[in-house]
Amino acid sequence: MFYREAGQFKTSYKADQAVFPIFQDKIFVAIWLFIGFVVVPMLASEYMFRAIFIPVIIMALAAIGLNLLVGYCGQVSLGSGAFMAVGAYAAYNFMIRVPELNPLICFLLGGLSATVVGVIFGIPSLRIKGFYLAVATLALQFFTDWTFSRIDWFTNYTPSGSIAVQPIEVLGLVFDSPIRKYFLCLVFLVIFTIIGKNIVRGRIGRAWMATRDMDVAAEIIGIRPVYAKLSAFAVSSFFIGVAGALWAYVHLGSWEPLAFDINLSFSILFMVIIGGLGSIVGGMLGAAFITLLPLFLNQLPVWLGINISTAMISHLEFMIFGALIIFFLAVEPLGLARIWQITKEKLRLWPFPH
Amino acid sequence: MGFFVEVLISGLMAGVLYSLVALGFVLIFKASGVFNFAQGAMVLFAALTFVRLLDILKDTFAPITLALIITIAMMIMLAIAIERLVLRPLVNQPGISLFMATLGVAYFLDGFGQTLWGSDIYTLDIGIPKGSIFIFESIFEGGVLVAKEDLVATVIAGVLVVTLAIFFQKTRIGRALRAVADDHQAAQSIGIPLNYIWVIVWSVAGLVALVAGVIWGSKLGVQFSLSLIALKALPVLILGGFESVLGAIIGGLIIGSGEKLAEIYLGPYVGGGIEYWFAYMLALGFLMFRPQGLFGEVHIDRV
Repeated sequence: MFYREAGQFKTSYKADQAVFPIFQDKIFVAIWLFIGFVVVPMLASEYMFRAIFIPVIIMALAAIGLNLLVGYCGQVSLGSGAFMAVGAYAAYNFMIRVPELNPLICFLLGGLSATVVGVIFGIPSLRIKGFYLAVATLALQFFTDWTFSRIDWFTNYTPSGSIAVQPIEVLGLVFDSPIRKYFLCLVFLVIFTIIGKNIVRGRIGRAWMATRDMDVAAEIIGIRPVYAKLSAFAVSSFFIGVAGALWAYVHLGSWEPLAFDINLSFSILFMVIIGGLGSIVGGMLGAAFITLLPLFLNQLPVWLGINISTAMISHLEFMIFGALIIFFLAVEPLGLARIWQITKEKLRLWPFPH
Repeated sequence: MGFFVEVLISGLMAGVLYSLVALGFVLIFKASGVFNFAQGAMVLFAALTFVRLLDILKDTFAPITLALIITIAMMIMLAIAIERLVLRPLVNQPGISLFMATLGVAYFLDGFGQTLWGSDIYTLDIGIPKGSIFIFESIFEGGVLVAKEDLVATVIAGVLVVTLAIFFQKTRIGRALRAVADDHQAAQSIGIPLNYIWVIVWSVAGLVALVAGVIWGSKLGVQFSLSLIALKALPVLILGGFESVLGAIIGGLIIGSGEKLAEIYLGPYVGGGIEYWFAYMLALGFLMFRPQGLFGEVHIDRV
């Protein structure tokens, strides 16, 4: 009743091409932005920013990036942790070697470095498909792990191999308090979401989707697989690289190469799958789900008043996490985004379904 | 020259062990098209169960046999559970969803095994001889040093592969498995029950995991890192091809020897530790020329 497109006529091409063609969607997005920029900063505690909002937002950015590659272009990648690492270390190196650069520029340069690496490691995708490609991307993962822990130049010869950074400063504004960091990440997420959304509904995005659905057929209708696949790798690794720089500088503050290991790659892929392949909203929902689930499982025994050892908790956490993943895949293989879509369909008829 | 051969042989033997893990992957991929990431977790789970049972049953008349039987029974139960709870609800889903589901299984098994059996490092001793011997003393000066346990492992792996080959080629169930691997629908239409076949395949993969787990476990001790050897088996898999048992063996040998030789002869120039990624790069290099691996099925795209 309240959510419907009846009576909303598109009278111009501009209206037809709008990102959110339905008026109610616009209101909905506006409400979310309002919550994100006004309500959350007013209500949330410092712990919530640090433990929940900042990681979720950064991971959402990474998940959207990976979703461009896996969900839209159909190239399965297990190397997203590596792209985040490249973004983080490149940003670090730009920042210490060219100190006069604005940190935000450094983040983007970190993203660009990830792009370069992404394109190079995207080249095998022109020949290798499916799971062979997925395993091949692991090569990048292990290679970067090794590079950043063995080649001291990247860590600026710090003896322990771990890096600690100061809070970044942009135009005299120091991002040291959680609320400022939160705003910084949120602005990044909003901007990149707009960019991502517009890429996937444009010419490039359609080329990606055609390649995903059937690459041979896409080639026949005139889409060059070289451009489609490599551009997907480029854009996706740019997103993930920027997310990596944010993760390192804003969330972690100090990190070692193991912070970007294969488990991170897997969790980002989980976010994409649980959230929903080929959906921008899905990336965000998945990121929230996968980031919050371990926190929740960790707190659960405390809330229930059960007293068990921490080792036991972590084992049980593993078990429940695994079981939930399987459960989710079995119940809704298309992910949280699909549930959201079904809700919207239902809302159109609500409260008079017949 | 003697040193080169020594490195080569130790590499080949490590390769045999990689093949053992890769074999489990191949069996499942062939029969159900599932890329089973949980193979490493199954190795850990089997080894943990075995080593703990051995400890519990040590006062009985035949601890090893009993532990073996119970572990095998558990792996079969695990296969049934996976078929019921994971494969059946996810039938007809895209490969990536199934792959993620097996990642879920891997997480679950890692947690379950350690909840059930504890997470310490257990030493496993089933009488595999330790120490090293010299061979080929007549050919090379000073001979070639090999570890006895590696030799035993190689023999066991060889026996296992031959058994599997006979099982696949000569038995009724083996033929059914090959039929399912070729074409699910055709196999079903001539009356082969798919669910039953999947249980069998996962059980066989569980047995292979047990063998791999026992051998690796007696080499390194049974601990959590056993589940990470799945990551060592992946390059073997893409190098040999997902569908080929032979590929898993040959791929394992190439990866094992290549890795050791590279570490010895190339490692010093780039800072060492390249074992970590060399296998993947080697496999990637091979794939650029043969995208379906050495012995994988050539995939023909039809529009």
